[in-house]
Amino acid sequence: MSLLNLSGIEKQYPGVKALDGVDFQLREGEIHALLGENGAGKSTLVKVMTGALEGDGGSMAYLDKPLKLKSTAQAQSVGISTVYQEVNLLPNLSVAQNLYLGREPKKFGLIDWKRIYRQSREVLKRFALDIDVTQPLSSYSVAIQQLVAIARGVDMSAKVLVLDEPTASLDAGEVEQLFDVLRELKSQGIGIVFITHFLDQVYAVSDRITVLRNGGLVGEFETAGLPREELVGHMLGKELQAQAHRAPERDDRAAGEPLLELDDVAVRGSLQPTSLTVKRGEAVGLAGLLGSGRSEVCRAVFGVDKKSSGALTFSGRERSFRKPAEAIEAGLALCPEDRKASGIVGPLSIRENIALAVQARRGWWRPMSRTEQQELAEKFIAELQIATPDADKPIEQLSGGNQQKVILARWLATNPELLVLDEPTRGVDIGAHAEILKLIKQLCGEGMSLLVTSSELEELVAFSDRVAVMRDRKKVAEIEGEEISENRIMQAIAEA
Amino acid sequence: MNNLPPAAAKEQPVSPAGPRGLLPPLNGRYLWPLLGLVLLLAINLVLSPEFFQVKLVDGRLYGSLIDVLNRSAPVALLAIGMTLVIATGGIDLSVGATMAIAGAVCANMLVGGVDSIFLVVAGGMAIGILIGAVNGSLVSFLGIQPIVATLILMVAGRGIAQLINAGQIVTFQNEAFTFIGTGSVFGVPFPILLVLMVFAAIQLLMRKTALGLFVESVGCNAGASHYLGVNARAVKMMVYCIAGLCAALAGMIAAADIQGSDANNAGLWLELDAILAVVIGGASLMGGRFSLVLSLVGVLIIQCLSTTIIMSGVPPKYNLVIKSLVVVFVLLLQSPRFQAQMGALIALAKSKSNKSVGERAEA
Amino acid sequence: MNSRFTSLYVTGGLFMLLFLIGSLQFDHFGSTRVLANLFTDNAFLAITAIGMTFVIISGGIDLSVGAVIALTGVACGVLIGEAGLHPLVVFPLVLIGGGLFGATMGALIHYYKLQPFIVTLAGMFLARGLATILSDKSVPIDHSFYDAVADFGTFLPGDAWVGASTLILALVVAGAVVLAHYSRLGGYIYALGGNAQSARLMGVPVARTTISIYAISGFLSALAGIVYSFYTFSGYSLAAVGMELDAIAAVVIGGTLLTGGSGYVIGTLIGVLIMGIIQTYISFDGTLNSWWTKIVIGLLLFAFIAMQRLLTARGNRGMAHA
Repeated sequence: MSLLNLSGIEKQYPGVKALDGVDFQLREGEIHALLGENGAGKSTLVKVMTGALEGDGGSMAYLDKPLKLKSTAQAQSVGISTVYQEVNLLPNLSVAQNLYLGREPKKFGLIDWKRIYRQSREVLKRFALDIDVTQPLSSYSVAIQQLVAIARGVDMSAKVLVLDEPTASLDAGEVEQLFDVLRELKSQGIGIVFITHFLDQVYAVSDRITVLRNGGLVGEFETAGLPREELVGHMLGKELQAQAHRAPERDDRAAGEPLLELDDVAVRGSLQPTSLTVKRGEAVGLAGLLGSGRSEVCRAVFGVDKKSSGALTFSGRERSFRKPAEAIEAGLALCPEDRKASGIVGPLSIRENIALAVQARRGWWRPMSRTEQQELAEKFIAELQIATPDADKPIEQLSGGNQQKVILARWLATNPELLVLDEPTRGVDIGAHAEILKLIKQLCGEGMSLLVTSSELEELVAFSDRVAVMRDRKKVAEIEGEEISENRIMQAIAEA
Repeated sequence: MNNLPPAAAKEQPVSPAGPRGLLPPLNGRYLWPLLGLVLLLAINLVLSPEFFQVKLVDGRLYGSLIDVLNRSAPVALLAIGMTLVIATGGIDLSVGATMAIAGAVCANMLVGGVDSIFLVVAGGMAIGILIGAVNGSLVSFLGIQPIVATLILMVAGRGIAQLINAGQIVTFQNEAFTFIGTGSVFGVPFPILLVLMVFAAIQLLMRKTALGLFVESVGCNAGASHYLGVNARAVKMMVYCIAGLCAALAGMIAAADIQGSDANNAGLWLELDAILAVVIGGASLMGGRFSLVLSLVGVLIIQCLSTTIIMSGVPPKYNLVIKSLVVVFVLLLQSPRFQAQMGALIALAKSKSNKSVGERAEA
Repeated sequence: MNSRFTSLYVTGGLFMLLFLIGSLQFDHFGSTRVLANLFTDNAFLAITAIGMTFVIISGGIDLSVGAVIALTGVACGVLIGEAGLHPLVVFPLVLIGGGLFGATMGALIHYYKLQPFIVTLAGMFLARGLATILSDKSVPIDHSFYDAVADFGTFLPGDAWVGASTLILALVVAGAVVLAHYSRLGGYIYALGGNAQSARLMGVPVARTTISIYAISGFLSALAGIVYSFYTFSGYSLAAVGMELDAIAAVVIGGTLLTGGSGYVIGTLIGVLIMGIIQTYISFDGTLNSWWTKIVIGLLLFAFIAMQRLLTARGNRGMAHA
């Protein structure tokens, strides 16, 4: 029986179509994995089905009756509960309070704590949790917090449970514990929407899979009948096909001595020991699905995250960057993945955004004159074909692609020895996409050393001298030279 | 929050062009505060034509306008420092208490027989910078929220000032120091000149070094600034020190004005006036773009408002109520939701009037 | 040790330590009389600070409380002293007025996404301004009811006077504890301070809660204003200047997290008593001057804020690696 049926869901943000006629169906007693890369529309779809966001078009049916959701509270009251990855429950409140917030049993008009504590213990016992429910939630591990969140949802008589990346910060044992709970809930007839980017987990626990890509529905599949490589292909928008050959223009480049060497570099909680080398004049691609550790490598190299072990050698010297400023000083540059939060300085002009990195390196007392800034900005606006009437426009008023070009310009202005690009084409329209790609190739041609992550395999194939494949927060393969093809990368990503 | 649609990021008022010269261009951001000030001045002119009359008596300028400028000098100094602090997303509640401390230090140096006026002024300035450094350290190194960090000295500061004064109002006779509050140069009262000098110095420091750019960068997007290699800690340290310095100068004016240091009343509640001035000048309390000129316009608006109220014959006791209503109105004007509601209201009114015009035409 | 109560233990221990030091140093310090006076003299501050506790737990701040006390006092003065109304008619009016005043600020904060700091600052100016308009001079309150209130009470052993103010405070404390821990609204207030976004996703009615919080603070400030008028037998627009700072300091010293999400009404009460006992100590000593109160309170503020930083930093680490 169908629990939840969404059809033709549309959602338009200014400039972006987040969801374009997406269908999604959840049956009773199934675990349904919802998969897709960055910008596929997963989180928007989840928000629509949990009432956090209203869709612009399409319809929704719950237990075969039409349903219009106005708020998460309403979704909860009809039986659709959500467990989010980060904004979980309230860590400052006790476990019991978290379970019963807003629906506390009362006695003589006062909250009946004895009953809350007793009921909480009983509820958690069903989840094989025997903990002190009077303690603040923050005193327990993330895994237990997740289970408490699920318990709250289930105890509010949920029929539909939406789990948004619940395993992102759990270890293997905790994941297994969670899966046992999910299977148990499934056997009680609860429908579970499971969002993750760990393929192993998809195959371990889910019955069916829905794949989204760029706001559109790719398809709905039975997990048992879908080979891994095909799934990766669907997610990345690539069908297994005859070898797509890499661009030949890069072959004649002679790579120099090592510029960046990672020797078993690890970051506590986000990156397993990983070794990687980028030689002078070489372009190295970092492939992998979302959450595979590709961005974490970039962050560790740039000193955003402190490495917890291993050795990092840059330009012949062993380094331990504590903050980006030190990495920049050494000759590194990073275009971060989250352009809005970590890249652009929104209200400032294009000119200032370009000048900032150079200026930060120069310090307070050696300011660039306005003319200098203007010349620099105009030079890059012309070179990178940034579409703007003038350099004084605030960067937040540009399109995503042009913002990205400004960030690139900012770093090129510092003449870095190594340019790290974390998903440089994410959230960028097709035209700008091609231009940024052209620019990357041009930089390769000029002998710039690059480390680039991307979920677009054809991009990586197009310019990389070498591709390191990441999975489960560590490097699992390295493909070089003629071997580089989309198929090979996909196989490496999918390998069990 | 990171899943918000891109439009949500654009809620902050955006200046169409980046005014980065020493003098601002007249665009949307500058229009409203200036318009408000001009309107107030115009009302004053109507109420009392003598408002703009400036007379030279005994080599000193007199007149309502000069009076407004002179009286707003301490708040103007505070507002200059406060503007920078707010631009980094912070706030400094301790500036009023800093005024009291600086006044007390100077008064006691004068009473204690320090002859050199330069030493006395330097002493006052040094104590201001020291207090700023304490605030800055709490904010940037201990990571305490600015409103909390500066609350400590707001509470303790007056006690420290009283301690320095041993609980007395310490009075002094020193012509050179009194000049700071009551003197004049070419007829212009010295406090006004001091404001202009500080304004020019800070404006130069901000716009002719990279500091201003860093302040705005940290205030607009602290995360991105970190990725850029901007040293946010040093920037914050600097702005709190400047705020402390400005407060110390304001404290010296206040002390020189009454030829004494009154630890209880010097600069009392002026931090709030300074914050209001910056807000009326259009700055966002969340940080970002700043304009010292606009903050000074904000100061003048507040001061003119008081004068206007007196001149218009409304009893001065209505001063506070009117001031608070103006503040609420300015805050609402900056709220996107209020803007949307007003827009809808105007549209509704338009369509109604169109309709009534149409009905009349039919009739 | 249960980390939830760490700051409460510290606050309680500090109070006992101060009381002990005073008792050892001075005769008559360690008496029920001194204790009872602490409550009597600081009842209005404690009532305000309890309202402030809820505001701060929710992650906000209310700078208008001192001004609301003054406004209430002047309104009482004008309505009782000049208009000749009976206090029992006037009190409900000013209490409702205080609540509405707070509710309006809460609505502005919630619906227009304005910062509590600046909204309540405007509220402070407005309330003082209204008080000034009502009367810019001190208005004496001369009514037999006030005399009766002053006489109401009983002596405990040791010459300790428990009067009307102390009894009202006791009722407020009891009510506030019930509100904080035995009502849904209480849970919502803590939830809002923990993480407003999570709270919203968990179905907390954010608008209603925010407005209630500031209404409670306004109501309690008005009540504090009435209690204050019991001491002074007058209303004055410049009364209780800077009270908001004392209230905030008491809340912080009482162990409430200034960033919101955690704190106790009892802690605030002890925080007020600590501030009171410092004043008592200074007046017993005779050689120390009153400004030491401010300096010591500033130091205590710093110590508690620094302690909170350490505790939260430890809590976060625990979360990340547990």
